Amino acid sequence: MADEKPGAGRQGAPTDEAPPNGLRDDPTAAAHDGVAAGGNGEHLLSQLIAHLRENRTRLREEWAERIQEAHLLTAMTPKEMAAETTSVYDNYVEVLETGSVEALQHYARDLSERIIPRGVETHEVVGIVLLLRDVLARSLFEKYQRDFGLLNEVLDAYEPAANRIANTVAVSFVDERERVIRQQQDAIRELSTPVLPVRERLLILPIIGVLDSERARQLTEQLLTGIRRHRAKVVVIDITGSPDVDETVANHLVQTVDASRLMGASVIITGLSPKIAQTLVTIGVDLSKMNTIGDLQGGLEEAERLLGYTVTRKEVSSSS
Amino acid sequence: MNGGPALVSIMRQGSTLIASIHTALDDSELVRFEHDLVAQIGTHRSRGVIIDVAALDVIDSFAAHTLRRIAEMARLRGARTVVVGIQPEVAFAMVRLGMRPAAGGDHVTTALDLEEGLALLETAESGGPPGGAAGWSP
Repeated sequence: MADEKPGAGRQGAPTDEAPPNGLRDDPTAAAHDGVAAGGNGEHLLSQLIAHLRENRTRLREEWAERIQEAHLLTAMTPKEMAAETTSVYDNYVEVLETGSVEALQHYARDLSERIIPRGVETHEVVGIVLLLRDVLARSLFEKYQRDFGLLNEVLDAYEPAANRIANTVAVSFVDERERVIRQQQDAIRELSTPVLPVRERLLILPIIGVLDSERARQLTEQLLTGIRRHRAKVVVIDITGSPDVDETVANHLVQTVDASRLMGASVIITGLSPKIAQTLVTIGVDLSKMNTIGDLQGGLEEAERLLGYTVTRKEVSSSS
Repeated sequence: MNGGPALVSIMRQGSTLIASIHTALDDSELVRFEHDLVAQIGTHRSRGVIIDVAALDVIDSFAAHTLRRIAEMARLRGARTVVVGIQPEVAFAMVRLGMRPAAGGDHVTTALDLEEGLALLETAESGGPPGGAAGWSP
């Protein structure tokens, strides 16, 4: 949002001292970068910061109260809230003073890491930062209400920096969230295609959920390496749990079956739903060489037959 | 082979020839391999041929074609051919290239490894059904 170029407050800097790009009407050339701003702007900002430091306790409490009123951060205990609001407040003032958001970014990421697992939502995080902005703005109104010109200048210095802070915190939070989501996606993907040995030389691959091309690719990899590792002769792929497949995935599945056969394993596909069967026939995948059986039970029986197993039920004595 | 380390070794085990390819072969080396192997089938009166390709991380269409030709020639000379040890990536790449396994019969059969290949030949010899056997046609 607010850019990095050193600028001056609208009326804050004497023109001879202001850098050439410190355009008076450029609202983004904010005075938060107090060092570059000339005498008056810098003075105003330090005055503003001194004000915020002086009233730290009062403003912070007011802020915490507003958070509670708005029913935000209900997942946190009052004690944790007090600790976090203090840190946020101090970080906030620091950013106003130095104009550098780096430390805040770190803190926001760290904070997000702690609160995301507890179910804190994006709107809450953005909400509390905006509340702090409002609380501080109100206190500035109060302090400078006699002098509108001065108030204007102070707000010129304050607003861009405050917006930038809100922006930084929100972006950090969302970034962290996305990182967590990515991590979980990886975990799900890893768990999503298990290759299970049921008997010597017999593998089962239950497929649950929609097969997209990425998962299909992974399935192939897992299956072929699984055949090698377990020296499998028969593989049962059960797709009872998969609602639908598209043409690409269907073709991929056929190729996987063919590749398995090249490695000396025969594949039995079980649990084709009516819908998938219809799809496969409609798109014309060549299934003539595929061994399909209605359900997993039948598939296992067929696999056992291929491997030469006979399963017999032991006669139970009449006592049962 | 031209003084260098052997690229292929062909061993006899009873009535079976075991040809193990040690490294990637170029086209002329493949042709020579084909020639040597088919000649040895006659010399040893072999009934089965196993070609171990576990060391290959690529089987291109010419190599696949050559293996198929070998199998066909071996059949004409009275031996059955099994290709063993196809790596997972290779298997999938071959299918991708359109080398589909055929239902059986006159095409190359494949098996997981040497042990499986020998077992497959044994059942074939004793007249059993070629259980789990698969092959491909280009």
